[in-house]
Amino acid sequence: MRKLQSTSDMEKLRKELLRKQDSSKSCISICSGTGCHAYGSEKVVSAFENELKKQKLEGKVEIKRTGCHGFCEKGPIVVIYPEEICYLQVKIEDVKEIVSRTIKAGRIIDRLLYTDLKTGKVVHESEIPFYKNQTRLIFGNNRKIESKSIEDYIALDGYNALGKALSEMTPKKVLDEIKKANLRGRGGGGFPAGRKWESVCNAPGEPKYVIVNCDEGDPGAYMDRSLMEGNPHSVIEGLIIGAYAIGSHKGYIYVRQEYPLAVENTELAIKQAEEYGLLGKNILNSGFDFTIKIHRGAGAFVSGESSALMSAIEGKVGEPRPKYIHTSEKGLWDKPTCLNNVETWANVPFIINKGADWFKTFGTENSKGTKIFSLVGNVNNTGLVEVPMGITLREIIYNIGGGIPNGKKFKAVQNGGPSGGCIPETQLDLPVDFDELNKVGSMMGSGGMIVMDEDTCMVDIARYFVKFLSQESCGKCTPCREGLRHMLRILDNIADGKAAEEDIKRLEELSEFVKEASLCALGQTAPNPVLSTLKYFRDEYDAHLQGECPVKVCKELIQYYIDPEKCKGCGLCLNKCPTGAISGEKKGVHTIDVGKCIKCGACFEVCNFDAVSKISGKERNLKELTYN
Amino acid sequence: MKNISLTIDEKNVKAQEGMTILQVAQSSDIEIPILCHHEDLEPYGACRLCTVEIIKNDKTKLVAACCYPVEEGLIVKTCSERVDKIRKIILELLLPLAPTGTLYALAEKYGLCECVKKSDEESEWRMIKELRFPAEKPTYCTLCGLCVRYCAEIKKGNVIGFIGRGVDRKVSLVPEENCGFCRDCENICEGGKFFSLLEL
Ligand SMILES: Cc1cc2nc3c(=O)[nH]c(=O)nc-3n(C[C@H](O)[C@H](O)[C@H](O)COP(=O)(O)O)c2cc1C
Ligand code: SF4
Ligand code: SF4
Ligand code: FES
Ligand code: FES
Repeated sequence: MRKLQSTSDMEKLRKELLRKQDSSKSCISICSGTGCHAYGSEKVVSAFENELKKQKLEGKVEIKRTGCHGFCEKGPIVVIYPEEICYLQVKIEDVKEIVSRTIKAGRIIDRLLYTDLKTGKVVHESEIPFYKNQTRLIFGNNRKIESKSIEDYIALDGYNALGKALSEMTPKKVLDEIKKANLRGRGGGGFPAGRKWESVCNAPGEPKYVIVNCDEGDPGAYMDRSLMEGNPHSVIEGLIIGAYAIGSHKGYIYVRQEYPLAVENTELAIKQAEEYGLLGKNILNSGFDFTIKIHRGAGAFVSGESSALMSAIEGKVGEPRPKYIHTSEKGLWDKPTCLNNVETWANVPFIINKGADWFKTFGTENSKGTKIFSLVGNVNNTGLVEVPMGITLREIIYNIGGGIPNGKKFKAVQNGGPSGGCIPETQLDLPVDFDELNKVGSMMGSGGMIVMDEDTCMVDIARYFVKFLSQESCGKCTPCREGLRHMLRILDNIADGKAAEEDIKRLEELSEFVKEASLCALGQTAPNPVLSTLKYFRDEYDAHLQGECPVKVCKELIQYYIDPEKCKGCGLCLNKCPTGAISGEKKGVHTIDVGKCIKCGACFEVCNFDAVSKISGKERNLKELTYN
Repeated sequence: MKNISLTIDEKNVKAQEGMTILQVAQSSDIEIPILCHHEDLEPYGACRLCTVEIIKNDKTKLVAACCYPVEEGLIVKTCSERVDKIRKIILELLLPLAPTGTLYALAEKYGLCECVKKSDEESEWRMIKELRFPAEKPTYCTLCGLCVRYCAEIKKGNVIGFIGRGVDRKVSLVPEENCGFCRDCENICEGGKFFSLLEL
């Protein structure tokens, strides 16, 4: 590897790399992201390597291990270039056929393609509705480059923005471009990045620090991790450009220890960038010096909070501290510090390359660009989706997500991580941007999006999130720790049918209190799931007060019941019941002894005649009568 | 140090740059209740009892007085309705955990309890309001962290620390860890944990 001396030197390298890439040559690109890896993608890679040898195609066909494509539930994903044929859920047994039929004979294997319910088989990755309806500016390159190759990144115009910034732009000009683009933070509050950079730049004190926040502790969210794993150079390039604009010479990338692949690929990427002279002293002969260190954080949700994260890098306990003096003035070791999210940094090279005006063509008035969401829950297509801001929730859930599975009805979508709010059906046409989500009691957060169908109990959901937050808060301040403890107690009581109207008042009062009085944003947002469900699904809370869980989820409020009309007396349930609560003669009607029943639901699962049902509330009283 | 003037409870007060609202209030004889603050220790901001309302650029905000650095022209209200409500709930939450004289005395100011004389020598705390947030059992610890921080910051020891997070957070002693048995932690504790530990 040679140290690049200038932007023209880099341009020369890029041309060389492109020349070497024969675009007519077949390339098998296999996703090696964490999701596909878990489905065995590494074994598929070795199988391809062996098979190519066997069929004497070694060296004639390239193999690429890429980062996450986003459609992880269908992994391992294999895409054959140049035709862009996309095979899903590829197994080792499929490899031989793929090589002999697709690579050699150019034929398509139907069974490995995506099947669209309306249009049938889809050959090309970009035509799969899940991808087709996305705008993948930031995440799109993940599937095109080998995650461990800086050359792949450079060939795709990587580090071009850095070259441009260092050779053609003053730090002030870079800063102005980011400000003009109105890039807002993708990690939580949506604070304008340009304004943050500017305050760090103007704050007195040296040295100044820049940090990447790759803690990502929201359950179910993995966009930052996938970006860091799949395309680490895009984040690093953004960070170097930011450092140049701010006047910082030292950066940190905070990565959660539990993301070994992200740590590995980031370490490698830093080393590669150093070798090419894109990090270190006198980068591209510009006189600008910058180095990056990785900090492996011990995973805790609260460690992602800015002041907690900085304390952790300093070697102290990762707990939030009061930020009345902003971290942009006194952050890491009390020096001016700029902390941004992984995705925020990854946007920077795009803005510098293509300009703020181009960037602003995506998004809404006050939320520009795209956002990556982690779409999970009761939705047909789950995965990582990147969309322009301002797209409606409905478009994301139905056009990209493919709607709700099993013919169920949509009930709510929870946005922004554990402390986001639940949004009901009536708000589905809401444009997704920072301000609109806040208005309805939710938030962008880092981009979690959990879809819930009609079988979801909203009291149970509120309880789940409050429980998570009460365990994941640091426990330092009274309102968050004690407030959440008692909110959870009340929610438990509601779910158990042991609460009264005044408990709901108390719950509301505590929610307000925790929001207002907590030290950090974890506590300040923690009541959102409660307040939003109280606002949009109050009837469900009321039903619980009356002893009924309308969707029959809350264990204490339901009972299993065998319909005598439907029971065929097959005895399956009787055999399955672990507590011997079911009795009945062969071919006779079976009944459940409520006293012995532990509500495990085994009978409900096993009955072939739909005779076992869950009942709750008034219905329960009626049925109980008929038992006696 | 720059001189600053600000308004606390409609009183004009002078201060110096770098002081916290609490320091300025104390030097002007304005009382703000505190629990986790100690003048020899770094501001911590955990109990939130010192919460006050500030008005800055026409916006109202709640802040912890023990941590917030004063600025020119700042308007502070130390006992608005909003603030009192918050302090009351904090005390309602903490009192069942640490039913000690300090907490009762604070709660008394917010009308939660009263001191009843039983005889000339003896008096007793009695609740006026029903306890809305009972504890499973008292821990005699408000998790104010005074002991932990005093040991670490002043004594440069690590004999006391927090374990667990969220609702499971606890103070834990590690006596074999260089404890000089100065017992300052015991004296600084308002919750009664050390008292109860030593009794055992
Ligand atoms: C409890 C809590 C957890 C957070 N976790 C993360 C996280 O995992 N990643 C992240 O980028 N920001 C996280 N944040 C937001 C950060 O505090 C900070 O605002 C953000 O990293 C700033 O970057 P941005 O402006 O680019 O979004 C968290 C905030 C809180 C209160
Ligand atoms: S709000 Fe919660 S997470 Fe934040 S400092 Fe307080 S206890 Fe810790
Ligand atoms: S033991 Fe006492 S001093 Fe230590 S945190 Fe608990 S209440 Fe505070
Ligand atoms: S890990 Fe392969 S698509 Fe996400
Ligand atoms: S005294 Fe200020 S937060 Fe405890």
